[in-house]
Amino acid sequence: MWGNLESFSDFFVTGDPMILGAQVSIALAMIAIVFVLTVFKKWGWLWREWLTTVDHKRVGIMYIIASILMLFRGGVDALLMRLQLAMPDSEFLHAEHYNQIFTTHGVIMILFMAMPLMFGLFNIAVPLQIGARDVAYPFLNALSFWLFFFGAMLFNVSFIIGGSPDAGWLAYPPLSELAHNPGVGQNFYIWGIQISGIGSLATGINFVVTILKMRAPGMKLMKMPMFTWSVLSSCLMILFAFPILTVTMALLFLDRFLGAHFFTLDAGGNPMMYINMIWMWGHPEVYIVVVPAFGIFSEVVATFSRKKLFGYSSMVFAMISIAVMSFFTWAHHFFTMGSGADVNAFFAVSTMIIAIPTGVKIFNWLFTMFRGRIRFTTPMLWTIAFIPCFIVGGMTGVMLAVAPADFQFHNSYFLIAHFHQVLIGGVAFGYFAGLYYWWPKMFGFALNERLGKWAFWFWNIGFYVCFMPQYFLGLDGMTRRLYTYDFDMGWGPLNMISTVGGFLMGVGFLFQVWQIAHSIKFHKRDTTGDFWDGRTLEWSIPSPAPLYNFATDPQVKDVDDWWETKQKLARGEKLPPKPALEPIHMPKNSAIPFIMSIFWFGLGFGLVWDWLWMAIPSFIGVAACMIARSFTYDDDYYIPVDEIKRTEEAAAALKGATT
Amino acid sequence: MSCLSGENCFTEKRIKIDVFANWGLKPMTFCYVGFTEKNNSDKTSRTEAFGRMREMKTTMRRKLTKYAAPLLIMLMMVMLSGCSTNMMVLDPKGPVGADQRDLIYIVTILCAIIMVPVILLTAWIVWRYRDTKDNKAKYMPTWSHSALAETIWWGIPIIIIGIIGVFTVKYTYALEPSKPLDSDKKPLVIEATSLDWKWLFTYPEQDIATVNYLYIPEDRPIEFHLTSDAPMNSFWIPQLGGQIYTMSGMSMKLNLQADEPGVYYGSGANFSGEHFADMRFEVTATSDEEFNQWVDKIKAVPDALTLEGYEKLAEPASSPVQSFNSFPEGLFNKIVNKYVVDKPAHHHGE
Repeated sequence: MWGNLESFSDFFVTGDPMILGAQVSIALAMIAIVFVLTVFKKWGWLWREWLTTVDHKRVGIMYIIASILMLFRGGVDALLMRLQLAMPDSEFLHAEHYNQIFTTHGVIMILFMAMPLMFGLFNIAVPLQIGARDVAYPFLNALSFWLFFFGAMLFNVSFIIGGSPDAGWLAYPPLSELAHNPGVGQNFYIWGIQISGIGSLATGINFVVTILKMRAPGMKLMKMPMFTWSVLSSCLMILFAFPILTVTMALLFLDRFLGAHFFTLDAGGNPMMYINMIWMWGHPEVYIVVVPAFGIFSEVVATFSRKKLFGYSSMVFAMISIAVMSFFTWAHHFFTMGSGADVNAFFAVSTMIIAIPTGVKIFNWLFTMFRGRIRFTTPMLWTIAFIPCFIVGGMTGVMLAVAPADFQFHNSYFLIAHFHQVLIGGVAFGYFAGLYYWWPKMFGFALNERLGKWAFWFWNIGFYVCFMPQYFLGLDGMTRRLYTYDFDMGWGPLNMISTVGGFLMGVGFLFQVWQIAHSIKFHKRDTTGDFWDGRTLEWSIPSPAPLYNFATDPQVKDVDDWWETKQKLARGEKLPPKPALEPIHMPKNSAIPFIMSIFWFGLGFGLVWDWLWMAIPSFIGVAACMIARSFTYDDDYYIPVDEIKRTEEAAAALKGATT
Repeated sequence: MSCLSGENCFTEKRIKIDVFANWGLKPMTFCYVGFTEKNNSDKTSRTEAFGRMREMKTTMRRKLTKYAAPLLIMLMMVMLSGCSTNMMVLDPKGPVGADQRDLIYIVTILCAIIMVPVILLTAWIVWRYRDTKDNKAKYMPTWSHSALAETIWWGIPIIIIGIIGVFTVKYTYALEPSKPLDSDKKPLVIEATSLDWKWLFTYPEQDIATVNYLYIPEDRPIEFHLTSDAPMNSFWIPQLGGQIYTMSGMSMKLNLQADEPGVYYGSGANFSGEHFADMRFEVTATSDEEFNQWVDKIKAVPDALTLEGYEKLAEPASSPVQSFNSFPEGLFNKIVNKYVVDKPAHHHGE
């Protein structure tokens, strides 16, 4: 029944003191969590309020918590690598261990950190920005989260059970094929990504429908907040890109599991096909994560410059053209495959064209600040820091896009420095800005600004100290994924500096954790619901938003509708009377997403180990959950007018008590 | 600044940092002004002392703005010029690498023309329009559209990218790696096979083979034929020119040339498994004469590479440098065709 297991150490990873330490601390943490939940009698609360919730605000919070945990894991991976590379001829990590670490670092940071943090912010902000009561498919939304969560867990568990994947974050075959990678690590990779990928695709569908169908009356497409626009273009990219990933992973699975030959070296397999397919997903993927960050910057820059966003329609056009163009650039990841000058010239130029709308967006942000009044709050600091960082990252991106020059940059630390610059400077900075910006809306209090500024400076200075030397290392011939290098290469000093920078960013992260803990304990309650003096609809309701979000449907007239409303009030104009309260139609909680995702986990785990006795019942469980859901008719309820009235009055009283 | 004992006083303190001495870098000395306090009870002297300290700080700040900024720029220039002589990619020793370096410089300058002003503009805007009470700068909270302005900043990137695009396309065709180099001399063919985790180089004309090192004649085009008998790798000699993947079942061409004698670093640039970090090799470029002497020397080594020997060599493991006085005829084509099912091998870029 245990198939390929011959001993205990085939299952649990043993023999490495660091991993043993991690295993022990994970076990202790789990015992501690169970203990706390039992002592404080919180199991019921956890189940009712969180595990079975379909409320987009709670789903968003769970996404964000999970992504911060993943940021920690991915960050520890990064620091381990930097420690290893700090000195030449270092023996801190052996080759195999280093290969696993850079693989998991990449997968976790993109798929299990950036994506869920992004989905978390979608969930928090989009329904509130468009004046909706929830997303279009709340059940599916919860299911997406749990699929992501259990997919991520399946991937993460590999470093203590069975061994981590070690073929790089995109698992190029034939290295990732059975012949070269017989362990289960690569199976964990496939199924972790596959399961969470279903969730990502479902979220994409969910938000496209939400944005297209559930906007408040009066909110034409061209009156949507810019973040909502960015989510729409990101989700449209998801719809086209993620199916490619699913198919690619499925084919790789067939190769490994059933002995097919799609990407093998022998029997007519073609590994280059995989490289093409994975980048057809992989390139749009980086735009999927960066475009919402553009949306966040647009919101933040307008709010904290106290000025309307410059060039609204230019911004929309730029974003949509980035989304479209992102599907025509994938081959720039392998100019060195030797496809010939025609192919390389096409993909070089198509890649550069993306720099045009991106440049326009930068100008529009700058001219939003121009003749505004800039407040240096933490969200704004991250936004301001993003601009020069992304300009330099964009410039090195254009340099990489020059195909013949790329022959010299490819696979070198120049490339590493470039994509970290756009992914940290663009995506991470953007999501941090978004997290700080919407935090008061999520929890009803803001994060401590002073600690936030410490975190900001550590991150920023650390970033440049870490990654600027890497450009020069790349120009000096240092290739990526080297676990060690000779003293004679002369790469030592720059690597040491880079490592110091990495740890400065680590300190920045610790400041953020401290900031969150400190703010939870010592915060001041925001009673206004409009902590930053915002411009869009989410700031027109109390913080945190009531279960039903909006007591009555908002009537939208302008782009920054809430800002315009405040202007009217300040001028002493009367607002139209609010319509009478009516009972609000809401979805009921459901345990099915959680349970079904556990079955998915079982299915994935069974297939990882080739244990059909586990996979088949799990598959039946998945199917049973689907059938059970199909026959659930009692899935909605109405919030009575009385209760809405009570909630609204309580919020008004809270507001009145302070003003 | 002198300092009498028993007084409150400022001294210039120096910290010497020589962490990098091991790597042959000069120690750095950081300077700062420290305040030595002897007598806490003497309030007048304290206030005085702090007054003087403030004064010193102001002068220091002035000095800083006066000297530090140009110094910084100079430091950057020194660093950059230092880079251009030391960094492999920017210190090419062959025509292909030189063209690629020129292209890198052209693109960098074209990008910098737009990037540097925009970064400065950012700094200026952020400072000029900060939210302070007495900020007299214009405030136009509803100004959000200007057809002229937006036309300009759609236009600028279009023009710059247009120019870069033209350069790129021109160079993409000029530097197509499979294209023979301009030279009166007949190119030397070297076949490179990436294995787990070593490089096998075969010289078909000379009928010799080496592992993990190369000898090439200077000033003569080298036509590398690349393939792999293991997961994909990438063949890169930064000082001679850019890399091309080595892929199983395919034979790729890469034309390079060394213009002067020297020893150049080469590596497998694409991750190919556990010990891929060991896939480094030295390329020694010599005169024709010395190259021929070297060939004779290798011809005289006792070991020949046999088919069985090759099978053994191909097994996953690192390898030291090795030399063989001969190798099985057509070994390279055999390796390429090994992965081809019922059809002739792909010969890309020919």
